[in-house]
Amino acid sequence: MSELLQFVFSGLTVGAVYALVALGFTIIYNASEVVNFSQGEFVMLGGMLTVFIFEAGLPLWGAAFLAIFITALVGVLLNKLAIEPARGASVVNLIIITIGASIFLRGLAQIIFDKQLHRYPSFSGDDPLHIAGATLLPQSIWVMFGAAFVFAGLYAFFTRTLTGKAILATANNRLAARLVGINTNFIMALSFGLSAAVGATAGVLVTPITLTSYDIGVMLALKGFAAAMLGGMGNPFGALVGGLFIGLIEATTAGYLTSEYKDAAAFIVILLTLFVMPQGLFGAKSMERV
Amino acid sequence: MTLLSVIGLGIDFGGITAVNALDFDVQPGEIVSIIGPNGAGKTTLFNMISGIYQPSRGHVVLEGRDVTDMEPHKLAERGMSRTFQNLQSFDQMTALENVMVGCHMSERSPIWADLLRLPSSSRRNRQTQEKAMALLERVHLVKAAHMEASSLSYGALKRIDIARALACDPKILLLDEPAAGCNAVETEEIDELIAEIAKEGVAILLVEHDMKLVMKISDHVIALNYGEKLAEGKPSEISRDPKVVEAYLGSHGGKEAAHALG
Amino acid sequence: MTAYLPPRVRALIILTILIALAPMLFPSSFYYRVGTLIFINSIAVIGLVILIGYAGQISLGHAGFSGIGAYACALGPVHLGLHPFASLILGAVVSALLAWFVGRPILRLKGHYLAVATLGLGMLISMVLTNETQLTGGPDGMAVEGLGLAKAVRETLGFKVKTSVVWYWFGGGMLLIGAWLALNLYNSPTGRVLRSLHDSEIAAKTVGADVARYKLVAFVISAAYASVAGSLLALFNRFITPDIASFLHSVELVTMTVLGGAGSVLGGIAGATLLTALPQVLTMFHEYEHVMLGLIMMLVMIFMRDGLLPTLRKLMLRRAIP
Repeated sequence: MSELLQFVFSGLTVGAVYALVALGFTIIYNASEVVNFSQGEFVMLGGMLTVFIFEAGLPLWGAAFLAIFITALVGVLLNKLAIEPARGASVVNLIIITIGASIFLRGLAQIIFDKQLHRYPSFSGDDPLHIAGATLLPQSIWVMFGAAFVFAGLYAFFTRTLTGKAILATANNRLAARLVGINTNFIMALSFGLSAAVGATAGVLVTPITLTSYDIGVMLALKGFAAAMLGGMGNPFGALVGGLFIGLIEATTAGYLTSEYKDAAAFIVILLTLFVMPQGLFGAKSMERV
Repeated sequence: MTLLSVIGLGIDFGGITAVNALDFDVQPGEIVSIIGPNGAGKTTLFNMISGIYQPSRGHVVLEGRDVTDMEPHKLAERGMSRTFQNLQSFDQMTALENVMVGCHMSERSPIWADLLRLPSSSRRNRQTQEKAMALLERVHLVKAAHMEASSLSYGALKRIDIARALACDPKILLLDEPAAGCNAVETEEIDELIAEIAKEGVAILLVEHDMKLVMKISDHVIALNYGEKLAEGKPSEISRDPKVVEAYLGSHGGKEAAHALG
Repeated sequence: MTAYLPPRVRALIILTILIALAPMLFPSSFYYRVGTLIFINSIAVIGLVILIGYAGQISLGHAGFSGIGAYACALGPVHLGLHPFASLILGAVVSALLAWFVGRPILRLKGHYLAVATLGLGMLISMVLTNETQLTGGPDGMAVEGLGLAKAVRETLGFKVKTSVVWYWFGGGMLLIGAWLALNLYNSPTGRVLRSLHDSEIAAKTVGADVARYKLVAFVISAAYASVAGSLLALFNRFITPDIASFLHSVELVTMTVLGGAGSVLGGIAGATLLTALPQVLTMFHEYEHVMLGLIMMLVMIFMRDGLLPTLRKLMLRRAIP
């Protein structure tokens, strides 16, 4: 029993990270129907930038906020330089553009930083809490509550503020949004910035546990993507459920079956989901118009 | 024997009934027109008959066999062919190739024969090309044969759409606004073409907004409104039907409407 | 004169001439190696031209099939006592069967969903190759028995020849066969249906094409191409690691395909040539390899949406007709 609880703890921790990555996908997808394959690089940048700014002498919280801010800027630039000029391109083109961006950012990180594994101290020490025979790192609590905070904050943003509602309106119908005076280019930039900040936050929170290096983004992006699709593309609540579910599946696979194939679990889940219900758990069913 | 029977056909989209309890028959060689204001459910009806939407209720019967829910390619094999209101051209292929794809059912060949370009494959290619060329001649587009579809005018693409559908050698042809966006001369040509096709024994189910065209060539008109049948009969009867007139222009515009439809 | 030749024949002639004449510019046997790598990558890319360019379906998992082909050639001779070439065929059959088996559910998906499903498939293959250490040697890879081409030439024709040179001609021959098959397909009944799927599946259905079946045909053919390319790479390098099945390799293959112009065989080969040769030329900038690759991918897709060859052709036409 305590064993299962242990797996649940670690599953929820990584699951929270996947949920944040999936949320990042969702924000951009809703605003632009672009699936941003470089989402994982935002997580990497969040962690790596914090490491190097912290080592340069800033306090950890300052380094973290600066890292999130810089990553958000990278997101805005990505939109401005690579996505906006490609408006109207085909799905295949856009996939290659964002994969290109991901390879580019990874290559850049490898040059600017290095190829080593890095970490910085946990926010509240490393003394584990003992709960019903299982242990829980304080940093795991940071990750879970941090993710919950981000989700709650964005929920409020999208439903309570005018700007948030403008993003939702743009997602619904770009032309109509423009007709009622919404600056859709600004909305796009905002979505990319926001999405990058969400990804960077995930990186900042999880790095003390999982460590970081220039190439962690690929796997994170793929699993976050799996989570987003499992939940139903474009649905933030689906992103949360999908992320946690994939985290739990992975932790229990690693614990009870085989740690070698824990990464495979996510992909088997996503393949089965796509076969059985392509629209995901909470996605809207679409109909082809002729 | 009745070629196509639609029996109690209906479909709902998320609780809203788009088409309801529709019945009608089409005989071989007959031109049947479906008219009605925008949103009356004409294209939805076409999509149900041609197997693109699955109806919520009712049946489609083709030559005495129930073909409800049958996939479009199976329906094509049974002699049903259609065109589209918003063009579905193969943009990156030439006009000729567009029509050649229409000949698919008569030129189907094993993949390895095509990969190795065996003589059987080349022969089929030649036969298809001749057939497609003849069809292009029929729609007066031989000159455009080797032009990419994306570079052709809307009117030309509309006619290619018809040629492609004819290439399937259909028994019944569903035409969704074949004259939309065409100028007067082109409309005239399409009008003649439809009459010709029907004379060869192919039944035609037509959705069209050009009332002059409809009234001139139809054997039989069905008027829809809000997804239900409003009236059915000969063109001359329909154009005088007060319910139809009202649906089109409201009761005020009665006189003008009667004139426009007449 | 060439004006009277069908485009299919013209493309083959151009390709043959290029392959035959390129060695005149080679200062060392290193270039024969690069040439061979280009041919091998081109074979995988031609498969993707059929899938992406003809049929309009995306795959981010085709490196998985290359992995199957490669490991078939690594394991076949050791465990089944097969000749390396028979192993190549076996790999292609296994890849085609796998593609046929998983293709039906996968190809019902479209766009991003299809991309993710194929990606997942590729990842699973790559994980099996990495984790089944006892069989595959794990991430460190394993040695592969060669084809013995140079020896065969010496024994049958009686003259000595460098392995890299024999492989160049052998790879070039295989590429010509691959290109010939794909070019045959382009203007055939089957090829036309595949190309029609690119623009309108619905219209293809209404003229009687079993769309699901034709997508599957394209997927299976392209899987076989990828598998053969993987086998050739294993036999050529005499060594193989699971990297061949990685996500990055899948992405590279798709990039090559789209970069040159996905719609045509020659475009695909141009893309493969560029992306294979570039890193070799830029070895001194090894550090910057990924940055360059990423930049190229973005720039071409933004500014030359149809790929290099079609864009160049359009530019030339525009100049010809003022």
